[in-house]
Amino acid sequence: MSELFAKLGEETWTVLSGVLFAIPYLAGYIALILVALLIWNGVKRLLTPKKDYSSLKTVTFGDESAVASNTVASVVSVVAIFVLWGMFTASNWVPGFLHVPGPHAGEGEFTYTLTAEDGSTDDATVSVLMPGQGEEIPDAPEVELGDGFAKNDSIVVEPFRSELLLFDGNDETTRRDGAEVTAINGESIERGGSVSVGFGTVVMTDRGTLNVTPNQGLQMEALYLPPPEAVWQTAKDIWNDGFRNFSFAEHLGFSIFRVIVGFLLGAIVGIPLGYAMGLSDWFRGWFDPIVEFMRPVPPLALIPLVILWFGIGEEGKIVLLFLASLWIMAIGARSGVSGVRISKVHAAYSLGASKWQIMRHVIIPNSLPEIFTAARVAMGVAWGTVVAAELVAASQGVGMMIMVASKFQATAIVIFGIIVIGIVGFAIDMLVRMLERWMVPWKGKG
Amino acid sequence: MSDLVIDKLSMRFDLPNGSSVQALKDVSINLKKGELLSVLGPSGCGKTTLLNIVAGFLAPTEGTINLNNSVVTGPSPERGMVFQQGALFEWMNVRENVGFGPSMKGMPKAEKREKVDHLLDVVGLGDFKEKAVYELSGGMQQRVALARCLCNEPDVILMDEPLGALDALTREKMQGLVLKLWKETGKTIILITHSVEEALLLGERLIVMAPRPGRIHKEYNLPFAEMGVGADLRQVKKHPDFGTTRDEILAMIWDMEEEIMGRTEAAS
Ligand SMILES: Nc1ncnc2c1ncn2[C@@H]1O[C@H](COP(=O)(O)OP(=O)(O)OP(=O)(O)O)[C@@H](O)[C@H]1O
Ligand SMILES: [Mg+2]
Repeated sequence: MSELFAKLGEETWTVLSGVLFAIPYLAGYIALILVALLIWNGVKRLLTPKKDYSSLKTVTFGDESAVASNTVASVVSVVAIFVLWGMFTASNWVPGFLHVPGPHAGEGEFTYTLTAEDGSTDDATVSVLMPGQGEEIPDAPEVELGDGFAKNDSIVVEPFRSELLLFDGNDETTRRDGAEVTAINGESIERGGSVSVGFGTVVMTDRGTLNVTPNQGLQMEALYLPPPEAVWQTAKDIWNDGFRNFSFAEHLGFSIFRVIVGFLLGAIVGIPLGYAMGLSDWFRGWFDPIVEFMRPVPPLALIPLVILWFGIGEEGKIVLLFLASLWIMAIGARSGVSGVRISKVHAAYSLGASKWQIMRHVIIPNSLPEIFTAARVAMGVAWGTVVAAELVAASQGVGMMIMVASKFQATAIVIFGIIVIGIVGFAIDMLVRMLERWMVPWKGKG
Repeated sequence: MSDLVIDKLSMRFDLPNGSSVQALKDVSINLKKGELLSVLGPSGCGKTTLLNIVAGFLAPTEGTINLNNSVVTGPSPERGMVFQQGALFEWMNVRENVGFGPSMKGMPKAEKREKVDHLLDVVGLGDFKEKAVYELSGGMQQRVALARCLCNEPDVILMDEPLGALDALTREKMQGLVLKLWKETGKTIILITHSVEEALLLGERLIVMAPRPGRIHKEYNLPFAEMGVGADLRQVKKHPDFGTTRDEILAMIWDMEEEIMGRTEAAS
């Protein structure tokens, strides 16, 4: 037990140090937001010298109607994301002066001092060639060996990499003879130590070799974050040529198809189930424990079991999405039914409606807003679940796309996939909202 | 002949914790066809319970209700109800709401439409037939509720604080409307209200109920409803008898409320 707490304590420390590391960046981002606000306020004052009424409101704090989303801020925010993305990936969509410093490029050199076993020393110069990002990687240049028993060397270090320098490959006495590097640029060094050499650092490993690490700068390597134009290019490629034997439309179509079929099945079973639970105490008693137990189980936790039972084919995914939406729809329908105002039912009775007519004309329409709310939630959950299920196993689908791409370190495809998932999820939500506004305009107005 | 006879009605609610509330005790009322009875009483004296039993939403523990010589056993279109608020169907527009009863009976479309339109004109909502009910003001919504009830042609109309949620001015107008409709249609009406003035203005007869157990404390026969039909209700209020009866009833209810408060304070 105490061991667990010790581990958790360690973990907490890791998290905290991560947060500390992030704070300057967060502060920078907030500063950006405020600067943009100041600039916009200045621009606005220039554009519209007349006062508007909202500035005259005395009570604006916590008044929801007073705080509507500022479209300009939204636009600037999205643009800022792309600009920041470009700045940190040396994108050619962003003017070069905005790029944050990248890994050091160009030539550099340092000297090392080799001390032979007998105590005699000799210096040799190492020429370091650091090609810039996107440049071709040349061979190590020829250098004059120079005199003494330590000979001059040359190495090439690719951007974002460090390179091990086999300095004694050409020296007359080597480490095997008991020779050892004792200084870099005249600064003494030991195994495990490091010396800064202007364009980077030279580290002496535990085994006595030298490791040359040029300054890395603040840029992200394309392997981790490709520049936006690379993602755009990938998008076009996948759009035109597909990915892994399936066209992009097929990948996206399969994912959406699974969500829709799974959701529809969940709704077809879940809504009547919810109605039964809302109308009969027996059904409610019967299904309450099941529904209340299943609801908090995240559908993702069911993936292993579903794969065991149904395999990795279409069937398993549909079952998973069915389960993901079933409980949500059932609970929505249940609260829609039991939430009907008793006075509405009474009114219908005393207007001569039969039980069936009350069901048809009062209970069902009254439950529709709740059902739509549930549908929105269920669609969102189903979309998240399908992506996760495809991540685990699928031969097509958006989730499969990013999973396979990540195995091949095709980060641009991964990012493209994430963007597609976000857009589709947003579009689904918007669609259900529109449907809701059209079909249940009375929502929240009862 | 078509009288409403409420005979020795008692209602006891058994609470889940084992105790019980005697909401009504031996309440008897005899209403002739076309009479308008208003019911007053302090909060919790069983007015709503009484109305719900008459409507057939609740079964009394003792006693019976007779309408047109048959015993009331459940809700039926011969006893219409107007609720305080929130009983309109917001998924239907004004016209569909008012035509709900006839629709359920399967009345032919054209006939129903004519009837609904006529009633909407009567309650002054001729221009709002196609509106959604949630777009209407509170007073307009209550007029829809009234029209919906009338459209079903009940023998008895039960109203539980139908004007309770309205502002004073709208309320006054609606009181005139209720009187007018009452006279024109000749319906039997039971109207529950918290406003003594409203009870006096509208009630041809008036009962004041007392709480714990809910029972009839005092009955009045009043002339003001007759005076008020088609007249200025504010003039009626200036009648000397109006003032004295109002003060008498107010004092009565005040005493009852005071007694309740005293009792609950002693209990706690
Ligand atoms: N369903 C119920 N279960 C238990 N007790 C109830 C129930 N309905 C009413 N009562 C009790 O019966 C008594 C009478 O209630 P009722 O609603 O008829 O009062 P009321 O005169 O209409 O009050 P108000 O003027 O506040 O509307 C109250 O003490 C109430 O607590
Ligand atoms: Mg009441």
